[in-house]
Amino acid sequence: MLRALLSDDLPRSRWLAIVLLVILLGLAFAPFLFPGAKSLNVAAKICVFIVLAASFDLLLGYTGIVSFAHTMFFGIGAYGVAIALTRLGAGWDSVALGVAGGLALAIVLAALIGLFSLRVRTIFFAMITLAVASAFLILASQLSDLTGGEDGLNYRLPLALRASFRPFDGVNGRVLDYYLVYVVSLALVLMLLRIVNSPFGSVLMAIRENPFRAEAIGYRTVVYRTLASCIAAATAALAGALLALWSSQTNPDTTLSFDIMVDILLMVVIGGMGTMYGAAIGAVLLVLAQNYLQALVGDRWLLWLGVAFILCVYFFPTGIVGRLRRR
Amino acid sequence: MLETHALTIRFGGHAAVDGVTCAFKPGTLTSIVGPNGAGKTTYFNLISGQLPATSGTVRLNGEDITAWAAPRRTRLGLGRAFQLTNLFPNLSALENVRLAVQVKSGKALDLLSRTSTHRALADRAREHLAAVSLADRAEAIAATLPHGDQRKLEVAILLALEPDIFMFDEPTAGMSVDEVPTILDIIATIKARGDKTILLVEHKMDVVRSLSDRIVVLHQGKLVADGAPAEVIASDIVREAYLGGAADG
Repeated sequence: MLRALLSDDLPRSRWLAIVLLVILLGLAFAPFLFPGAKSLNVAAKICVFIVLAASFDLLLGYTGIVSFAHTMFFGIGAYGVAIALTRLGAGWDSVALGVAGGLALAIVLAALIGLFSLRVRTIFFAMITLAVASAFLILASQLSDLTGGEDGLNYRLPLALRASFRPFDGVNGRVLDYYLVYVVSLALVLMLLRIVNSPFGSVLMAIRENPFRAEAIGYRTVVYRTLASCIAAATAALAGALLALWSSQTNPDTTLSFDIMVDILLMVVIGGMGTMYGAAIGAVLLVLAQNYLQALVGDRWLLWLGVAFILCVYFFPTGIVGRLRRR
Repeated sequence: MLETHALTIRFGGHAAVDGVTCAFKPGTLTSIVGPNGAGKTTYFNLISGQLPATSGTVRLNGEDITAWAAPRRTRLGLGRAFQLTNLFPNLSALENVRLAVQVKSGKALDLLSRTSTHRALADRAREHLAAVSLADRAEAIAATLPHGDQRKLEVAILLALEPDIFMFDEPTAGMSVDEVPTILDIIATIKARGDKTILLVEHKMDVVRSLSDRIVVLHQGKLVADGAPAEVIASDIVREAYLGGAADG
């Protein structure tokens, strides 16, 4: 049962199993273990970023695709929900329409970028994604009638997700909203885990290892790379939709900026490329650091964070999971 | 039947393979020999699709496949083992072979089932590993295998593709003397089945002499001799072209 749920990808290290269990349970009971608006907000962000980092790892760690357009898909998902809720009112039908629209745009865009440019070498593909993502960021801030420009959009969430909604004592709409984010995130991570441990996933790793040989034994690499891009883009868009459903505001800084792109890159590298668990651990560490390090070490927290990253990459080149799994 | 007609590739002004016309019948083993730089590997690359021909055609069972990409040629029965070891370095030996088995299984696009549930693919891969006497190294990471075992793994991948045409590019290069017979036995076994086309690039003349039904000689990209082993090896043009080149190298 557990094997099937984790798609045979067991932690294979006692410490890793403990860390993952702490994360899973800590997030599951976050509204009760860590009461307060800020800590719930951090917990929800952790969930969203675990999905975002894990979907990026599908590209970087499993398929060997370096893309800088991942936040673009995150933003598309977030803006899909935000625009629908702003324009069509705060109902679940708007949410469904927004999610569907965001997903469709993300998949089509990923397929186009993939088919046109995944044939070129890694570095050129990275440049192309950088250009597309920059163009999209500019577009989002210029089309202010639709996107609210730099300020973004503020909108009302469906009734059941608002703080004023109190179905029982001690549980309000925010807690329900948190569990929506948690359950969908968990399901998406398990789905990604299944994909990387499927026959399709084995081809992705073959392509990462040796694209030339993968072609020579009969795999059309461009097809597999494009499919992987579409899956990663769709998952990132869903993560974006969750963020939009959580925060009731969506703007370029929180969804499209290159700061976020760098963050998810760091999450994947620190946690361990090519392991879904690594993306999860990296996301937890980075979101926690961004929110609490300042209180712990003072105003120079960014400096200390930078030092910690350098040490981490230097001493654990295979990431935290790679280190924990080494026997 | 595999045929090349006036097959040519130019790099700049230099024709690495120059108008080679040749046909290979099922059930025969043809050795392609020639000095270093004669165009043997390039000729292989043109046949298996790693390089695009400048002119000329490649035909497989009458169909013109010159414009086909390498994966399509492989799926339709052209199997190739590489001269320089060309594996999936950080995957296990078993996984290297299993991936090749998986190509034709129709399961490669299945993204919702666990790989481990497709036991038949792994079992078949183990059989191919056993055929190259690597059964006990199945779980070893390919990059950590000694050179000789990597060469055997290369051949196991080719076996796993179950092609109609086997192309071996110096399969025993760099192997120790006691490992060579494993590979030669495999080639002899394939040949004994009688329905497969085998192309072999090999420098060891004793190997070529004992295995081949036919020898084709390339020299400076051109086909200069073609015939039964004994007569080709005895011919003047081969002595001049091949042994001359071998003496340099």
